[in-house]
Amino acid sequence: MKVRVHVSLKNGVLDPQGRAIHHALEGLGFSGVNDVRAGRLIELDVDDSVTDEALDEMCRKLLANMVIENYRIEKVAA
Amino acid sequence: MAFRSAVITFPGYNCDRDMAVALEQVSGTPAIRVWHGDASLPDRLDFIALPGGFSYGDYLRSGAMAARSPIMQAVIEAAGRGVPVLGVCNGFQVLTEAGLLPGALMRNASQNFICRTVPLKVENSQSLFTAGYEAGQIVHIPVAHHDGNYFADEATLDRLEGEGRVAFRYAEQVNGSIRDIAGVLNEAGNVLGMMPHPERAIDPAHGGTDGRALFESAVKGLVEA
Repeated sequence: MKVRVHVSLKNGVLDPQGRAIHHALEGLGFSGVNDVRAGRLIELDVDDSVTDEALDEMCRKLLANMVIENYRIEKVAA
Repeated sequence: MAFRSAVITFPGYNCDRDMAVALEQVSGTPAIRVWHGDASLPDRLDFIALPGGFSYGDYLRSGAMAARSPIMQAVIEAAGRGVPVLGVCNGFQVLTEAGLLPGALMRNASQNFICRTVPLKVENSQSLFTAGYEAGQIVHIPVAHHDGNYFADEATLDRLEGEGRVAFRYAEQVNGSIRDIAGVLNEAGNVLGMMPHPERAIDPAHGGTDGRALFESAVKGLVEA
């Protein structure tokens, strides 16, 4: 089973990388971009026996830092 | 009794030798070097140091992998027993990732790696690490980091300040840290994490000796205790 974990910064946490990307887009002449937030995509290939609880625990224990980040688990059809 | 300290080395570290030299110079006893894969610490430790560097290449997040390495379980247990633990730079990042200290260290607001000597204000001069300083004193200690931008939520920050757990603040804008926080203590006061490198300011040849009092405070406090 393929699983995608989307890790993003929580609302209210300043995102210096997103801000730099925003500046760069403006520098390239793209207008109308109101905000940019950068995140991280982690793809896992796991056995079908891996439970949702186990995936959740992987995210909380390692893949995301719950002080500053949220995560979303997406299961991808093979 | 001789001062027994341990310096933990994770793969990718580059400040572990400096930390060991600082501890030996100040305490007169060589520090015991401990490898990240070790499952246990030497017994009867008076002090544990997590130095700086780039553990596991800063993969995933700075300090994230090191915080889950075998030796960290032993460090967490020792900290729980009251053994003093100092984390500097990446060591601070490891301590936050391991949950021994609140908050997180994010990418510097400027996006730049910052490597220079910065002025710090000593906020708490009562802790075992900072008793050698005066409250409000300005000291100059080098920083060298890409991810030193401290963040915690407002409630946590208010609690840290209310309990005197902000040990050092930057006395000028450095990396975007919230409320200019450069170093924080745990609730019991035996764990300190800080981004600046006191071990790089212990000898006149370093260009300054303002970091020396931190190690002297710890050694003196423990010998007298």
